[in-house]
Amino acid sequence: MSSAPIRTSAPRDDDARGPGATTSHPSRPDAHGDVADPPPPAPSGTDRVRRATARWARDASPVLGPVAKTLKYVSLVAACLVAIVPLVTVFMASFKTQAEFRETGPLDPPTSWTNLDNFVTAFTRGGMLQGFVNTTIILVVALTGTIIIGTMAAYAVDRFTFRGQRLVVGAFLLATLVPGVTTQVATFQIVSGLGLFNTRWAAIVLFMGTDIISIYIFLQFMKSIPKSLDEAAMLDGANRMTIYARIIFPLLKPAIATVVIIKGIAIYNEFYLPWLYMPKRDLGVISTSLFRFKGPFGAQWEVISAGTVLVIVPTLVAFLLLQRYIYNGLTSGATK
Amino acid sequence: MAAVTGPAGALDVARAARRKGRGRSGPGGGATKGGWRVTPWLFLLVPVGMLLLFTYVPVANMVWYSFTSWDGLDPVKEPVGWKNYVEIFTRPEIFRVFLVSLYYLVGAAVQLVLALYFATVLSFSTRFRNWFKGIIFFPYLINGVAIGLVFLYFFRPGGTLDAFLAAFGFTEPPLWLGDPSLVNVSLAATSVWRYMGLNFVLFLGAIQSIPNELYEAADLDGANSWQKFRFIIAPGIRQIIGLSLILAISGALSVFEMPFVMTGGANGSETFVIQTVNTAFKFSKVGLASAMAVVLLLIVLLISWIQRRILPDERGDLT
Repeated sequence: MSSAPIRTSAPRDDDARGPGATTSHPSRPDAHGDVADPPPPAPSGTDRVRRATARWARDASPVLGPVAKTLKYVSLVAACLVAIVPLVTVFMASFKTQAEFRETGPLDPPTSWTNLDNFVTAFTRGGMLQGFVNTTIILVVALTGTIIIGTMAAYAVDRFTFRGQRLVVGAFLLATLVPGVTTQVATFQIVSGLGLFNTRWAAIVLFMGTDIISIYIFLQFMKSIPKSLDEAAMLDGANRMTIYARIIFPLLKPAIATVVIIKGIAIYNEFYLPWLYMPKRDLGVISTSLFRFKGPFGAQWEVISAGTVLVIVPTLVAFLLLQRYIYNGLTSGATK
Repeated sequence: MAAVTGPAGALDVARAARRKGRGRSGPGGGATKGGWRVTPWLFLLVPVGMLLLFTYVPVANMVWYSFTSWDGLDPVKEPVGWKNYVEIFTRPEIFRVFLVSLYYLVGAAVQLVLALYFATVLSFSTRFRNWFKGIIFFPYLINGVAIGLVFLYFFRPGGTLDAFLAAFGFTEPPLWLGDPSLVNVSLAATSVWRYMGLNFVLFLGAIQSIPNELYEAADLDGANSWQKFRFIIAPGIRQIIGLSLILAISGALSVFEMPFVMTGGANGSETFVIQTVNTAFKFSKVGLASAMAVVLLLIVLLISWIQRRILPDERGDLT
């Protein structure tokens, strides 16, 4: 147990703004509400200094606790404002009429929150409708392909031992290091060589063929599926294809959900590939359609805002519904 | 490459199986046990085929193109030796764009520090914690083009930022995106706004996966919060910090979307990737562009290699 606080005459270290140390809650870290805020410069030089600082921080906690707590909430609220304000002003602009937009400032709310003219313009003249259709088609086909390819690759690597296995695994690993943007100069020649340029297949095939992260997610998950299941099925006379399709694939559902979410978001947001490979107007996905707003609607910020809001709203809805899965998916995807 | 070895046990089994396979010479044995098994390759046919076609063949081609003066259409690819590489490092207007990366590197550092701060703060009990977490994270999910337009509106003369500053009596704001000395700062700030949430959530996840017993033990020893950060949290999330740092650095070198959508590379905001794309697809100098892409690829590989040297225990195995 910690010793009782001893009053020191004067704080040794003036700018060690003590993160209000609490000493008597030996339960969960969550119990330490009053912690926080910029870690004070660490006097990690000698033990003596460190102990003195610790003692000082403990002494000062009744005073500094509330201060630190205030600073913590102020910084959190500030961060939230920075995150929200740019979006809110665009949201407000999307409801303004052209004249109203010219006369009012960005921080003024629109007179009517039900003026949907800009959204109609964005949808019809801006080609957003076409964009949503194309994005949906690409999303569905590419996701299906990614799941089939990824689970098959993971199944082969995890459930078999074969010559060249290390080479295959190494090839997939090494490929994660190759940044996609750099190789497009040469990939472009292959895609156009296959006759896929300016078709939806260009984006679909590239989304499917260059996704290594999902293979890792499947692989990681598959390791937790006991091999005895396979063996039991094999004793019953099932072949490998049956085992994959009937046993492994259904058990991979949680991993599939993760891949659908993180890959789905990535495809929905992708700009570079569709922009490079599908310049045809009819093939615009939401990113490229929205990008084209910069031209014809160059000065009509209220229409551009409406298009932007149209793109953000589905993301917001998905986030609100799938929050927990998104956090988990990103954590398992990014650390691989 | 130690990192790619599968579980050692599995490999031993594989080796034993192969030996057995070789010893036995029965007909049709190859397809069942040991030797060259066919079934795994049936499953791998499509995945490996696509991996080769869309990753390895392009990289190989890119290296080849980089030694030619190819324009992307001509059936003949004239070899020019190292000329393209010499051009990259001697023509100042090509090499200069690397300096633009410095802005994004500074931005990446700010981003990681902010993410670490907010993750630490929110790992302790906080009111409205999930709200704060969600709001700080959400920008990461937004479509890049939408973010570009949101910030074009934010930075435009008379836009959100100017209106905000005017409310505080600052009425003569600079041209945030028009002034060459400011444009990269504005764009890097936009990148921080966009990507900070990801680092934040990753750090938070790593902090929360530290076992509670460690904090309890620290409490018993009378540790204060800074000591808990310094001796429990920091070592516990060292790996993810290292990984984020590497990703941030290679991200800063290959920035494309934000400046491309917002300024198109005008006013000195051109990045290396924008220049590569323009060189290849606008000016039809595929040879030179390939050389530029190879240079970037080598830098990124070098950084990844350094990461593995510094954090050798990163991923000892497949997962």
